[in-house]
Amino acid sequence: MRTRTINVDYLARVEGEGALRIDIKGGRLDDVKFRIFEPPRFFEAFLRGRNYTEAPDITARICGICPVAYLMGAVHAMEMIGGVTVPTPIRNLRRLLYCGEWIESHILHMAMLHAPDFLKYPDAIAMAQDHPDEVKMALKLKKIGNDVMKLLGGREIHPINVRVGGFYRVPTRREMRAMMDDLKWALDASIKMVKFVTSLPFLEFEQDYEFVCLKHPDEYPLNEGRLVSNNGMDVPISEYDAVLIEKHVPHSTALHTYVNGGGTCHVGPLARYSINYDQLTPLAKEAAKDAGLGETCRNPFQSIIVRGVETVFACEEAIRLVEEYEEPDRPFVQMEPRAGTGYGCTEAPRGICYHRYTIDDAGLIQDAKIVSPTAVNQKVIEKDLWHYVEPNLDRPDDELQWECEQAIRNYDPCISCSAHFLKLEVNRS
Amino acid sequence: MQPKVKPKLAVWKFASCDGCQLSLLDCEDELLDVVGAVELAYFPEATKSVVDGPYDVSLVEGSITTPHDAERIHQIRRESKVLVTIGACATSGGIQALRNFANVESFTRIVYAAPQYIDTLKKSTPIGDHVRVDFELRGCPINQYQLLEVINAFLNGRKPNIPTYSVCVECKRRGLSCVMVSQGTPCLGPVTQAGCDALCPSYNRGCYACFGPKESANVPSLSQWWRSSLDVRREDLVRSLRTFNSGATDFERESIRHAN
Repeated sequence: MRTRTINVDYLARVEGEGALRIDIKGGRLDDVKFRIFEPPRFFEAFLRGRNYTEAPDITARICGICPVAYLMGAVHAMEMIGGVTVPTPIRNLRRLLYCGEWIESHILHMAMLHAPDFLKYPDAIAMAQDHPDEVKMALKLKKIGNDVMKLLGGREIHPINVRVGGFYRVPTRREMRAMMDDLKWALDASIKMVKFVTSLPFLEFEQDYEFVCLKHPDEYPLNEGRLVSNNGMDVPISEYDAVLIEKHVPHSTALHTYVNGGGTCHVGPLARYSINYDQLTPLAKEAAKDAGLGETCRNPFQSIIVRGVETVFACEEAIRLVEEYEEPDRPFVQMEPRAGTGYGCTEAPRGICYHRYTIDDAGLIQDAKIVSPTAVNQKVIEKDLWHYVEPNLDRPDDELQWECEQAIRNYDPCISCSAHFLKLEVNRS
Repeated sequence: MQPKVKPKLAVWKFASCDGCQLSLLDCEDELLDVVGAVELAYFPEATKSVVDGPYDVSLVEGSITTPHDAERIHQIRRESKVLVTIGACATSGGIQALRNFANVESFTRIVYAAPQYIDTLKKSTPIGDHVRVDFELRGCPINQYQLLEVINAFLNGRKPNIPTYSVCVECKRRGLSCVMVSQGTPCLGPVTQAGCDALCPSYNRGCYACFGPKESANVPSLSQWWRSSLDVRREDLVRSLRTFNSGATDFERESIRHAN
């Protein structure tokens, strides 16, 4: 029997170390494994015995691409334990910080990691030779996202200004207003980016997903909301462990997630967009309409457009938050530790990022659980690959490999986060 | 005339968060100039093209935590004319070096339901414990302008101009008032290498030592000051020394002295 193996030992243009192996035996697809081999770093273990105040800065080091997701998950969980509610200006500053991370991370992925797949370039630098204006525009847009993070967080990678209860220092109205011209340019540029990515060639590939994301009654979700799905899930985030369960499999250092009593789920931009379309800002809705998107999107290859739409949203939202900003009286609310368990679940650019901590009366962490969005998406990525490869078995290995890698990058996998993630092998026999 | 051959730059990853290599992609204003001057010969986070070694400059991110990685770093050293380690993981073992003070088997059991699938070393160690390193660039994360300076220096055959003095010097240069003296906030700035431009003090926060110990740091003296003048509890002092550079000799030694 003839065996074909398609093997990608080290996936490029993803954050971290992952691999893919596809086995084809006698003309039939035998197995697909999306492998995470990022070395384990044991965050949940060494968080035990640390002070509750240290969790934001320590967990930020899980990921250099989306540290805000970890900072926010940790502060919300600790504040739940302490019974702390932050005043509106601080809540809005957190939302603005997250908008900065969404802009930076979405544009990095769209322009530098994902668009080259569609246009058959090895990287954004080669793409820049034929599309210099788009690449330069993307770099400037990304920089503005980083500038928002720099003002509110001190720096874009591992911000230092976030603490339980709020911030160490809040910006002045003047510092905030100084960003306005850039944000207005960014809004305009993000609409152009949506047009650019809409012009890319897309494969027909509609899938039936169980989308899971946050939903909030008043706003497109970032920091807060209930955990919902298009399949009837609707629970407070404190019920996360009851509805989403993890399994340890031999081929990955990242745990796999399943819906309790169900199958795989899909988190990230497609889920957020399809469940929260109504709450997008006006220009974001218009950009989606101009791009030809309906109110739901089930083609993962079009996630690049949805990221663009969310970038438009993030710019519009950032402008609103800057305009309405009033300096709070104090930069943070003081919290007194008490024994208890708290939960944080926020929308990282790649999807929901879950934290659970138990602390004692002295504020020391007794137990910690953290689930990254890429870990949750591993199983649905394998399923997508299976559905994509099966009808395309007669295609040559190099084309299959290119499109499989593209299918993985649909999820903007952040492998560093999920090890607790890619190499392509295709075996044909 | 023959076209000039561009020097080859490679970026390698070990156990890390990807933040330090992202610093290169975060040089939005300089990135296109950098790739005009060097060939990105190996940089999987940014490109799928791979050019064979040897490489003129290798940037290495992350710490050694698996038997396979302990082998892989030797291969990279053999293929690299200049090897520069970037960030706290590569220069001191990183946050994951907290395992060095504990039992890694118990750590594995806490995180993974099936510990037998996990292949890991007892300690997280810096690259310099395994191979000769030409330059160590500190920070958690590194400073992107320092990274550009280091690449520029090695491409031009000169020594990188990276200060080894303390965060205090940057604080004074910015005209910030001392958070320890004026607010009684514990700060690791006096024993921490500069590089962040005194970021935390500029946000009313004590330095937490992202850049590791400065040259000839007097950590015992600072510990004594924290304990006696700022009433910092022993266990809080130990935790402060055991964050992102807990494996750096000066911090490790001092934290052990107070932990026991």
